[in-house]
Amino acid sequence: MRLIILEDDDGVGDWSAKYVVKRINEFKPTKDRYFVLGLPTGGTPLKMYKALIQHYKAGKVSFKYVKTFNMDEYVGLPRDHPESYHHYMFNSFFKHIDIAPGNVNILDGNAPDLAQECLDYEQKIEEAGGIELFIGGIGPDGHIAFNEPGSSLVSKTRVKTLNQETILANARFFGGDMNLVPKQALTVGVGTVMAAKEVMVLITGAHKALALSKAIEEGINHMWTVSALQQHPRTIMVCDEPATLELRVKTVKYFKSLWEVHQDLTKEDDTASTVYSEYQIERKISQSNE
Amino acid sequence: MTGRRPQATSTSVTVFRNCMLLRNHEIRREDLWVRDGIIIDPEPLFFDEQVGWNQEIDCGGVLIAPGLIDLQINGGFGVDFSYAINDQASAQESLVKVAKGILAHGVTSFCPTIVTSSQDKYHAILPWITPTPGSAETGAEILGAHVEGPFIAVAKKGAHTEEYIRDLSGGSEAVEAMYGSLNNVRIITLAPEHDPTGQVVRELCAKGISVSMGHSSANLTHGETAALNGATLITHLFNAMSAFHHRDPGLLGLLTSKMLHDKSVYYGIIADGIHTHPAALRMAYRTNFPAMCLVTDAICAMGLEDGTYHLGPQSITVEGQRAVITGTDTLCGAIATLFRAVQKLIKGARCSIVEALEAASLHPAEALGIQRKKGSLDFGCDADFIMINVDEMDLLSTWIGGKRVYKKPEG
Repeated sequence: MRLIILEDDDGVGDWSAKYVVKRINEFKPTKDRYFVLGLPTGGTPLKMYKALIQHYKAGKVSFKYVKTFNMDEYVGLPRDHPESYHHYMFNSFFKHIDIAPGNVNILDGNAPDLAQECLDYEQKIEEAGGIELFIGGIGPDGHIAFNEPGSSLVSKTRVKTLNQETILANARFFGGDMNLVPKQALTVGVGTVMAAKEVMVLITGAHKALALSKAIEEGINHMWTVSALQQHPRTIMVCDEPATLELRVKTVKYFKSLWEVHQDLTKEDDTASTVYSEYQIERKISQSNE
Repeated sequence: MTGRRPQATSTSVTVFRNCMLLRNHEIRREDLWVRDGIIIDPEPLFFDEQVGWNQEIDCGGVLIAPGLIDLQINGGFGVDFSYAINDQASAQESLVKVAKGILAHGVTSFCPTIVTSSQDKYHAILPWITPTPGSAETGAEILGAHVEGPFIAVAKKGAHTEEYIRDLSGGSEAVEAMYGSLNNVRIITLAPEHDPTGQVVRELCAKGISVSMGHSSANLTHGETAALNGATLITHLFNAMSAFHHRDPGLLGLLTSKMLHDKSVYYGIIADGIHTHPAALRMAYRTNFPAMCLVTDAICAMGLEDGTYHLGPQSITVEGQRAVITGTDTLCGAIATLFRAVQKLIKGARCSIVEALEAASLHPAEALGIQRKKGSLDFGCDADFIMINVDEMDLLSTWIGGKRVYKKPEG
């Protein structure tokens, strides 16, 4: 596992977007060989989407041969509801880029047979050749997608009943009325995420600090589902400084020092280091300009 | 402007990017999606039909506002509809000349206006003013004719010819007989005191015609009767109507009448700085802005140099921004373009850009009841719009059905 510590959430957005661009471009997708991307919603990835749109506008990346699979969607919420993940994805990302609508996959929370919808989704991921890069965020309780504490760490896409805490946290998006918050969601499982070839998790803000600590400093635990990624061969955690507040000094120092090692040792295959160093140079330039 | 083509589809979907939109009474940074000439909500297109864009246009940060709608325009560019049109060929030539000319002033739809004329004239002119969609070849969309007269008040005739003025004693049959056919008639300006029971107004409105009150000595009660029977407009507020009196406010009283309940009576107003004093403009703006429709009331001299011209049987003289009957001080119509009126309103009434633009687009569309197709950038409306440099309030281009029909010359 790699942990990349950046100064703030802007840094996380910029860095993760650059990494995605780099991965897509190195993959050289064609009409016979799509790059398959797993995508999150929520507040954390917004800055990444904004940066990706800028890269697209600047002609640095195309999504023409990219397929996407989103992590989750509420059950029973109208698709055009401002809080639906369809609405979020379209307005935060898809409408600004050149992705073909047919290459976008988001679970349908209004499907007549929800269980079948989940099975079909797994099938579609498989048919697409599996997910190349799954990007996720985590909740303060360490959940990834809607895999809340206690979820099976080998779970696949399925219907989940949301716990009281999540409903309460989401009430602010529904005019403060808990009754309006959907009680169920469709979500990929921890196992679905684990099956991706690479996983990148974005963690920003002090309120996620405990979750980050549980994810990487303690053992694998289904009460902090994101910790399952410790067993994934290729995971990048991208966080900002506030999210490291609960980490041990030793942990932070260890990962920060690794940057230099990565840069020296993995020039060929560790694209992240290259992107990171470019990013650092740009930051330095922009800081010296300020 | 640059274009990219990521995918081929049978339908044409264009995204106007890097722009601001005047939508829902505010200016917001947003893209405009146009499909086959109609403004669309791209979200259902994307998810339901699985269709994306096939052309994107970088607008360079401009403001996109709805195309302007002129409810009262007698002509321009040397053409006077009331006198230039005799047959199909002359109609075609005159209408296209003006319809194309006004594109450079942001107008995408208009009602060619015919002043008080003889029955023979109406029968010769009106059949040729057919509602016509806009295009680069034919210019702005013709919504139908605005017949201003002949059922007006002699005392408020303005520049209209007295001998052709009639009352409404013959009822709506006489109205139809006068015009020949009502098929091409969109707006009728009449004096409501000629129709004290409101029956004629009601019958005309039932035929889908917008009745506008003007060239009238009506008291407020006459106006309210007409409004309650379906009249939805007042013709060039303040001009050719009784001046405001606090014991009989006349048609002006309709702006604040309590008898209209939820009915709106819109009013055309000439914001050229001459026909309406800026203080009067502010009065109307502060009293009842949502009903304000900017009109040009333009005569043939709009777009022409200073000099003397012929408005049918009369001779008119243009000096600067005024046009009067030659040898008199009687104003006979305006020569300021609609986009100029928008600029004048911003300065004169000190209103916002949004308000001034909506007074020349959304409000006239609402006055005619066509706001679902015209006058805004809402989903489902025709993609008739203008691009503006907001800092200088400068018109850069005009678009009809999502296609550019006018571009400001370079330099």
